[in-house]
Amino acid sequence: MAFFTKDRSFIDNLPRIYGLYTGGFIVFVLLMALLERAGVKEDIIGLMFVGFTIVIYAVIGWLSRTMQLDAYYVAGRQVPPVFNGMATAADWMSGASFVAMAGGVYMAGHPYLAFVVGWTGGYVLVAVLMAPYLRKFGCYTVPDFIGTRYGGNVARLLAVIVLVVASFTYVTAQIDATGTIASRALLIPYGVGVWFGLAGILLCSMLGGMRAVTWTQVAQYIVLIIAYLVPVIWMSNKQGFGVIPQLVYGDAVARIAELEQLHQVGILKPAQAVAGMSALTVKHAAAAGTFISSVQFVTLVACMMLGTASLPHILMRYFTTPSVRDARTSVAWSLLFIFLLYFTAPALATFTKLQVLDPNLATSVIGKSLADVNALTWVQKWSSVGFLKVVDANGDGIVQINEFFMRGDIVVLATPEIAGLPYVISGLVAAGGMAAAMSTADGLLLAIANALSHDLYYKMIDPKADTRRRLIVARVLLVVIGAAGAAVASLRLTGILGAVAWAFDFAMSGLFFPLVLGIWWKRANREGAIAGMAVGLGVGTWYLYMVKWGGMTPWIGIDDLRFGIIGAAASLIAMVAVSLMFKAPDAETQAMVDEIRIPKGQTVLGATH
Amino acid sequence: MSAVLGSQQAAHWVATRRLMWIHLTIWFIFSFVVHWFALQLNSVSFNDFPLGFYMAAQGSLIVFVVQLFIFVWQQDKVDRRYGMAEE
Repeated sequence: MAFFTKDRSFIDNLPRIYGLYTGGFIVFVLLMALLERAGVKEDIIGLMFVGFTIVIYAVIGWLSRTMQLDAYYVAGRQVPPVFNGMATAADWMSGASFVAMAGGVYMAGHPYLAFVVGWTGGYVLVAVLMAPYLRKFGCYTVPDFIGTRYGGNVARLLAVIVLVVASFTYVTAQIDATGTIASRALLIPYGVGVWFGLAGILLCSMLGGMRAVTWTQVAQYIVLIIAYLVPVIWMSNKQGFGVIPQLVYGDAVARIAELEQLHQVGILKPAQAVAGMSALTVKHAAAAGTFISSVQFVTLVACMMLGTASLPHILMRYFTTPSVRDARTSVAWSLLFIFLLYFTAPALATFTKLQVLDPNLATSVIGKSLADVNALTWVQKWSSVGFLKVVDANGDGIVQINEFFMRGDIVVLATPEIAGLPYVISGLVAAGGMAAAMSTADGLLLAIANALSHDLYYKMIDPKADTRRRLIVARVLLVVIGAAGAAVASLRLTGILGAVAWAFDFAMSGLFFPLVLGIWWKRANREGAIAGMAVGLGVGTWYLYMVKWGGMTPWIGIDDLRFGIIGAAASLIAMVAVSLMFKAPDAETQAMVDEIRIPKGQTVLGATH
Repeated sequence: MSAVLGSQQAAHWVATRRLMWIHLTIWFIFSFVVHWFALQLNSVSFNDFPLGFYMAAQGSLIVFVVQLFIFVWQQDKVDRRYGMAEE
């Protein structure tokens, strides 16, 4: 039954198919709730959530298998804008967005919201500057555009290198996240969980390439958004904030400000540090208002935005729509679907904080006696895995704000337990986190493998390779890169979010200006683009090395999370200067640029190339 | 296509570029300018939120979403007016 390959009727039936799928998933959740009532153990429910959803994704991956080039590379260019929007949202929202974002806001307050702003506003750049033009160009991969617009293998190769550096940094973090969640839900060691997660990821993408990834990502978006919204809405309803808590949690923010006075947040500092965990020392809504803090906020926003507009796994999603107009529309839908999660994350952080701080709530921790706190199930559970620690530093038997340590990551995962929601919600959240990490990992792995198989192997090494051979090479590379990612992930080098921010910085350092100027500045030429990519990536990496390991003091607060500012600035200067030193591109190239600037007419590259 | 652009196509690009600058200006204000003044904005209360916090947690995001749907509509109008839209 080649269900996902029967093109026309399948595309027409998409709303019905995913409607049924969503209904089926809700029935599954209710069934799990019934099983919990009937006394089935928590471990079994968690296992069923993660296991069942992975099986569904794998089935979609299998049904979408293909041996056609344009189906494998760009899903046959027939993904409708709304569905491409959902797929992009899943592609975009990583394990870090799902698991760590609310925790980041919980721990760091206002400065952390730079991620929320940066990871949404970047789509304005994608829609206005990039996506429609790249769609008109008709490329399979991002280096395909660089290679054809500027000509020559050096430019193409540099684009491949930037893509691999940025995406590989990112994908290890995603495989790490799938490993962490799989090991917890399936009760297997982390080392095994990483490889298990990778197997799930490859099942989605290997047989059907972009087509399979597209349809699994839509399914994953539906799971992850339900999993994110249900606990927040439930909790806010319980606390009397209604069913659209995002609109009305201002009261909760105000109440937290009062409680921060009461508990002396920011005044009481921890007596000793606990590795990997922190106590709450920053006020929730306050802005520091110093020059450096403002610089840090806007530079982080800028890095995340320019990075968004340069990350190939995102840009290539817009190669799959039927038309240029659809590509543009699809960016708007993507942002709407992403917005649903990102404007909920600060609300979640606020409600969870209220649960912990407010002495009028039964769930509160701060100000309670040590014995009471240690008797809470969720405190015991998360302490036992080393994510939480209560230290009675002053020995008064009461838990103060500076004596309660936790890892930010647990805010999303533990919230259902903190608020006393049934375990079925925790299982749902685990499935959502898994969906978020898997979908991003799939997009990234495919971006890397496609660049290597199309740009490096086919365009540069063996231009005579036939379709069959090209598709086999693409798949072998996918498995090899996945395995390399899993191997690096099992070394556990950095925390999830550090690596994610770096990926954005690498991408913007090397690719942002060569892409933008390739479309918007006809005068940009090959020499300029080569200089832009090489200098951008080189200077960015140098700066990262110097501030992170070389002992250099960051310039005006531009630390290792923000090195893209330095890299992209160097890239822009080098690209403009070198372009002007050499002669303008030939008439044919200039005509090509004119051609991509209008939606009308054929794509610049043929349908299969 | 010829090296000299048809006047329709040149006019289309002028209009497209103008739209680009308008939207990037809005984007710049809500990405950077507003958050630079978060401390000052926090003294204003909006829907019970401190305004600086609200803009970062929600306000800017809403602007971006609405802006993009408007941009799509406007760019489509530009494409049609100059006969550059797809069939």
